[in-house]
Amino acid sequence: MSYLYYPGCSLEGTSQEYNISTRALFSSLDISLNEIPEWTCCGASAAESVSYLLSLSLPARVLALAEKMDDCDQLLVPCSACYLNLKKVEEKVKKDPVLLENLNTILEAENLSLKNSTKVKHLLEVLSKDVGPDSIQKKTKKYLNGLTIAPYYGCQCLRPYPVFDDPEAPTSMEPLLKAVGVKVHQWNMGSKCCGASQMATKSDIAVKYVADILRAAKGADAIVTVCPMCQMNLEAYQEKVCSTAGEDLHTSILYLPQLLGIALGLSAKELGFDFNLAVSKGLRQKMVI
Amino acid sequence: MEDLNKTPGLFKDVQEMVQSCIQCGTCSGSCLAASVMEHTPRHIWRLVQLGCKEDVLNSKSFIYCASCYYCTLRCPRGLPLTEAMAKLKEISAKSSQKKHKSSMDFYKYFVKSVCRHGRVNEVELMTNYLISTKNPVTSLKYAPLGMKLMGKGKLSFGNALKGNGVLDVLFAKVKEMEDRT
Ligand code: SF4
Ligand code: SF4
Repeated sequence: MSYLYYPGCSLEGTSQEYNISTRALFSSLDISLNEIPEWTCCGASAAESVSYLLSLSLPARVLALAEKMDDCDQLLVPCSACYLNLKKVEEKVKKDPVLLENLNTILEAENLSLKNSTKVKHLLEVLSKDVGPDSIQKKTKKYLNGLTIAPYYGCQCLRPYPVFDDPEAPTSMEPLLKAVGVKVHQWNMGSKCCGASQMATKSDIAVKYVADILRAAKGADAIVTVCPMCQMNLEAYQEKVCSTAGEDLHTSILYLPQLLGIALGLSAKELGFDFNLAVSKGLRQKMVI
Repeated sequence: MEDLNKTPGLFKDVQEMVQSCIQCGTCSGSCLAASVMEHTPRHIWRLVQLGCKEDVLNSKSFIYCASCYYCTLRCPRGLPLTEAMAKLKEISAKSSQKKHKSSMDFYKYFVKSVCRHGRVNEVELMTNYLISTKNPVTSLKYAPLGMKLMGKGKLSFGNALKGNGVLDVLFAKVKEMEDRT
């Protein structure tokens, strides 16, 4: 099995461990990820606030580059913001031939073209639907019994396009976690917003959203995420969140592929744990890493 | 110079997007930012329908939208509300509105960094953004995070550069098409 692969900007910088662990996990699942050569930024959540047309042209360019690769038409995307931008073009163009024409006018200037033949898939869709919990379980070398994990989905892999899960009460991570022996923390914050880029522009408010999420995770050993922005908001501002809330809300935060990777027998180093900002000693001991 | 009438077409777009709003309030009830907004989402759409452009743009409301897409998902009329919020931000950015300058600067610097390098250069983005806020307190707020990331070797300085200039053509073409309409 193989997928085209779009890591996106965050995975080259502040969330390298998501890139490292995704690659390591898929390689141990014998699935190859073929990175789109010379890929460019999808516009993240910022481009739309500056220009609508730009916010569709940037992901359209990425899809046009993907179409030039002839190995496969399924594109795996780990970052939820990138995923939504790419998915948006895929979905909108299906219904709007004029938009396709406009995007092609823009792409033509670089001798690129868009047919819209690529199927955009979020990492969680690939893991939960294409790979599935059974294959994960078959390859599990180290059951993580005794761990309780809170699955955090965030917004943009669920909404506005409910492709692979319930957009308000998501559960797609649960069978994957159970497959490696993990107990699922019961909470209703999995699909709530972490504040996204508000952490940069209106941080006082975003800090409150994060406090609510961390508080609801009490009792769990860690929260797992599937998006670099969620991960960063939950892990990087904990001092400020605790001091603002006036309570201890420190929580370990890690990426889903990091957790599954440990279960599949990969080492903490191979999964980029050195780069995590909030993984407690206690969690490391429980995971024996 | 601030000019709220610079892009009249964009406000009309927003009006069209929310034209069939029935004021049920589902969007406000679903919005985690509603409590800090000067006008709740439902109220914004009413003001938009009535053409009260200044009221909407000068209020602290749309700027708090975190693009969580709950309102879009739940609106019984199926209206593209998150996109409508983004379009209000676009109007604010394009009219160089002073009131929301610091938020909009973040988005602008982001896009500039992408334009220059093809990929986001996180260090450049945060540096430019913090300089633009001209607020030492904001810079200090981010200092601990910067140190943390630096200590982990996570801030990317260089690898974005390989795409240098690669998006010039696309940006120019988008601008040309926007100017035409
Ligand atoms: S949910 Fe839709 S119909 Fe109801 S008030 Fe909001 S925009 Fe109007
Ligand atoms: S998308 Fe924006 S306006 Fe809509 S519910 Fe979320 S934060 Fe509120």
